[in-house]
Formats: sequence, structure tokens, C-alpha cells
Amino acid sequence: MACNMEQSKLLNWISMVSFAATDMAEYLDTHPMDLDALDYYNHLNKMKNQAERDYAANYGPLTLGNFTPENKWCWALTPWPWEGGM
Amino acid sequence: MWNYEKRLQYPVHINQTNPKAAMFIISQYGGPDGELSASMRYLAQRYTMPYNEVQGLLTDIGTEELAHMEMICAIVYQLTKNLTPEEIKASGFDKYYVDHTLALWPQAAGGLPQNAVEYQSKGDPITDLFENMAAEQKARTTYDNILRLIKDPEIADPIRFLREREIVHFQRFGETKRTRNLWHSLVQ
Repeated sequence: MACNMEQSKLLNWISMVSFAATDMAEYLDTHPMDLDALDYYNHLNKMKNQAERDYAANYGPLTLGNFTPENKWCWALTPWPWEGGM
Repeated sequence: MWNYEKRLQYPVHINQTNPKAAMFIISQYGGPDGELSASMRYLAQRYTMPYNEVQGLLTDIGTEELAHMEMICAIVYQLTKNLTPEEIKASGFDKYYVDHTLALWPQAAGGLPQNAVEYQSKGDPITDLFENMAAEQKARTTYDNILRLIKDPEIADPIRFLREREIVHFQRFGETKRTRNLWHSLVQ
């Protein structure tokens, strides 16, 4: 699967919202009473899950749980991250 | 348990090989203040950490450190990809090459193998949390040193991202020392 502009934009978006979610989770670990932060975390997670499903449907799964219903094992068909996947 | 996401936490795209840089950046893989040590330290400390919320933070940061280790490995891999024997000899990478070819192996910049002595899992919450704050600062210093030696933006960009995470994690570990009463009221 060739890496095109739309694919790299979507992967970049996943990277951004996932990073923000990780950062917020660690913040919530030490600020559990911050309800605005909790709302923001839930909002980020929704965007992350949706973007990962869109990515899996179009370009192949980023996680084993996101396989598209196909009859082939496509886990290794997309480039690995250290090979320029992202 | 863990799940793998097939992407780096922050992108690494290095087109210009640089074995000299790889030789010192590899320290953040297997060196005394590297990402592998950081992850193993936090994940090991969780079991005897007496506070649930700090176990949570150790889990989340210990997991993020694994993603950092993967980024460092990607940087070293891309800096040494397809080197010719001439490039290997000229750069001084030959000493590493003779034992590992171009494979990833966790060692410090000076060649010492990765050492569990640096995990520092002591079983006392104050001792372990202060250890972790110091560890984050030591890693930040190492990234500062790397940034003084590296000017190539392809390399410096992901290194700056990793340096910034050391500062955030130092902050989070420090905050655990005043969150106890917050959690207490949350569960009541």
C-alpha cells in the first residue's frame, strides 16, 4: 500500500490526538478532580478511536483489534514504523 | 498486559545516515539514563508502591517510555541503515559493527551493556519517587548534551520532543507527593 498524502495526514492526526490523550491521562493521574480535563480526555479519545477506525478501513490496521473484515492477514503489509510508516 | 500500536509516538524520518551520531544517541536506548531503564524502573516499582494513583502514574509513564525506546531505536536504525564498510571504518562505528552488524543492541555511548543496576526499585514510596524525578532530569541532561552535539533538524526534532517529555514526567512525579488527599475524597 503506497503512502499517499491523505494517508499521511490521517496518520499525523492520529499521532496528534493520541499524544494529547496520553498527556492528559498522565495529568489526570495527578489531577483526578479536574472535570474539564476529564471532558477533554474523553473528547480526545473519541477522536482517536474514530480516526483509527477510518485509518484501518482505508489503509490497514494500526492495532490488531482494528482489523478490517477481509480474508487476508494484512498486519505486515503496511510498512513498520521504523521503516518510514510513521 | 500491553497492546501494540503500529506507529511511532512522534515521527522519525531521517534520510541522511550519521553513524557518529548513532554511537552516542544509542545511549538513550541502553545507557544509564536511557528509555529502556526508565520504563523498567517505573514498571518494576509499581508492585510495592502503596498508593493506587501512583501505581497508575507509574504504569502510564512506564508505558510511554516504551514508545520512547522505540523512537530512539528508529533513530539509531535510520542513522546506520545500509552503511558501507568504508563509512563504518571512517566513522569509528566498526567496534560496534563487529559484534552486532547493524542490529540494535542496548548499550551506553561508551560501549557498556545495558545494566539493571540503573532500575533503582527500592520499595519506599518517597525514595522511589525522588529517584524518578532525578532520573527524568538525568535523561533531560542527556538530551541537552545530544542537542549540543547535533544540528541536523531531522535528528534534533524528535530528540526535542523526547527532551520535553522528561520535563513533563518530572512534573507529574513531583505532583504525586501532594495528591493523596485528592484521591481520598474521590473514592468517598
